[in-house]
Amino acid sequence: MSLLTVNGLSVHSPDGRALVRDLSFSIGPGERLGLIGESGSGKSLTALAIMGLLPAGMTVSGSVVLDAPGMPATEVVGAPSRRLDRLRGRAATTVFQEPLTALDPLMRVGRQVAEPLRRWRGLRGAALREATLSALTEVRLSDPERIARAYPHEISGGQRQRVAIAMALACEPALLIADEPTTALDVSVQADVLSLLANLIAARGMSLLFITHDLAVVAGVTDRVLVMRDGTAVESGTVLDIVTAPREPYTRDLVDSARTFDEALNRRKP
Amino acid sequence: MSDPILEARDVHFGYRHAAPVLAGVSFAVRPGRSMALVGESGAGKTTLLRLLLGLARPGSGAILFDGRELDLRDRARRLEFRRGVQTVFQDPYSSLDPRQRVSRIVAEPLRSLGLGSAVADRDTSRSSGLGSAIVGPDVSRTDRQAEIRRRVTAALDSVGLPADAADRYPHEFSGGQRQRIAIARAIVCEPRVLLADEPVSALDVTTRVRIVDLLAELTRERGLTVVMVSHDLGVVATLCEDIAVLERGRIVERGAIDTVLGSPSHPYTRRLIASAPRLPSGRS
Ligand SMILES: Nc1ncnc2c1ncn2[C@@H]1O[C@H](COP(=O)(O)OP(=O)(O)OP(=O)(O)O)[C@@H](O)[C@H]1O
Ligand SMILES: Nc1ncnc2c1ncn2[C@@H]1O[C@H](COP(=O)(O)OP(=O)(O)OP(=O)(O)O)[C@@H](O)[C@H]1O
Ligand SMILES: [Mg+2]
Ligand SMILES: [Mg+2]
Repeated sequence: MSLLTVNGLSVHSPDGRALVRDLSFSIGPGERLGLIGESGSGKSLTALAIMGLLPAGMTVSGSVVLDAPGMPATEVVGAPSRRLDRLRGRAATTVFQEPLTALDPLMRVGRQVAEPLRRWRGLRGAALREATLSALTEVRLSDPERIARAYPHEISGGQRQRVAIAMALACEPALLIADEPTTALDVSVQADVLSLLANLIAARGMSLLFITHDLAVVAGVTDRVLVMRDGTAVESGTVLDIVTAPREPYTRDLVDSARTFDEALNRRKP
Repeated sequence: MSDPILEARDVHFGYRHAAPVLAGVSFAVRPGRSMALVGESGAGKTTLLRLLLGLARPGSGAILFDGRELDLRDRARRLEFRRGVQTVFQDPYSSLDPRQRVSRIVAEPLRSLGLGSAVADRDTSRSSGLGSAIVGPDVSRTDRQAEIRRRVTAALDSVGLPADAADRYPHEFSGGQRQRIAIARAIVCEPRVLLADEPVSALDVTTRVRIVDLLAELTRERGLTVVMVSHDLGVVATLCEDIAVLERGRIVERGAIDTVLGSPSHPYTRRLIASAPRLPSGRS
């Protein structure tokens, strides 16, 4: 039984352009799938469609079924927003690509992280405060007290991104969708945050849909990848297969480009 | 060595009611030597760029532009600075006005600097596919409109966005497309210096190669110098001559990029290089 089943998903823009076309995949409990593809290929729209959060005016067809433990299986496509509200958070949560757009600019960071802890874990008072600080520490924010007191514009880009991750993890969702969650992090913090994600996901039996443009990053996090181009899936398989033996010319380009930088780094090293 | 375009001299800075963020930062950006700023999240990289842009003023020390202290209160100096120095912010979406079409956003530097004069000031040999120097200050309004449109289209094309992108609004674009809109806006007036804060972080490798190639071409052929914050050492190694490593508001290591990446002396730099995610190789 799958936690998430996407079948024949298509998304059209208000002016009728096909942005996602006939996409199908599934994610089982505890499974991790990477979604990669070039800029504009439809990765974020796919994530939004799974959450039922597509911008107004877009039309969606096909099926997205979320079947989280302890909840009735739900068809997301066409579901009323009341129904989806109950799913969001617990069944599936997203770390959005642009943290600044997901964070409330007028609310202190600490309160924003505390909200899901209060709602989903029922924490209050000192216990809530402590859990908030430890959620921030977990994502390697070194000065959690100050970060908790700050407003989103008073912290750095990478700090905001980690706050967004902490908020999503605080929901303890069955499915975590992470849309480019580490782009603003330098490699050393990124490595830590990725291993934190991997550990928590394993410990809590969470499933993961990891969206990234970075083959090297996806290689460390997921077992399988789906390669998208122009709104459709062009190839899927294990990470190692895709990197070492890409079948599609497009995937081969992707791997070659990744090697360009990999090799620039080799050249500069002794 | 040629005179620096931008220079930070013993710069100290702290946000209000907060601990110091930058302490004793000094470096010079010289024409033709693109520079990478790297360092851990929260080290002060974006803050430093804000100071170089005159968006914040150092608590002590100075920022120099063409050898003189940066002073944006003076109108003439401000125009000169804006003409010469453009930027790509770390959160591209929040820097794009949601109510304006992309054509207008990208054209903004051309309009606010006065396209005619901006171009007439420049040495003609530097005109390009991106822009063109045939337009003098006396061209008619319609010619100027046409020229602006032409340059906007060229800029969008150079970052890999289709011409019809010009008629749409920022929210209709993907994360990486927005980042490229911001890059198009920054290069459309052919600045001398581009201060770019993680300009390729949201881009897939294929698009990233394209943008890095574009910037490399602009540095080779249009006299552009890039100051780039990036945690992608591969990109940095491809594009930059110099590197400065920032740790908790201090420069802990700097020099020619080959030297620093080849034999890093500071533990943080070593850690940075060691933790770069690499492709799994079935080959070697
Ligand atoms: N609100 C919208 N209206 C119209 N078109 C849109 C809208 N949002 C996205 N698009 C278009 O849909 C396509 C897919 O966008 P999406 O955000 O899913 O790309 P992506 O794969 O996440 O890219 P990136 O890696 O750059 O974030 C893009 O061509 C984009 O321009
Ligand atoms: N407006 C502000 N008020 C108070 N503190 C701030 C403000 N903006 C940033 N800071 C703090 O200053 C420090 C440096 O921030 P800065 O944005 O320069 O870091 P950065 O090196 O760009 O990091 P990143 O790689 O995460 O973007 C951080 O600890 C941040 O929390
Ligand atoms: Mg996206
Ligand atoms: Mg920053």
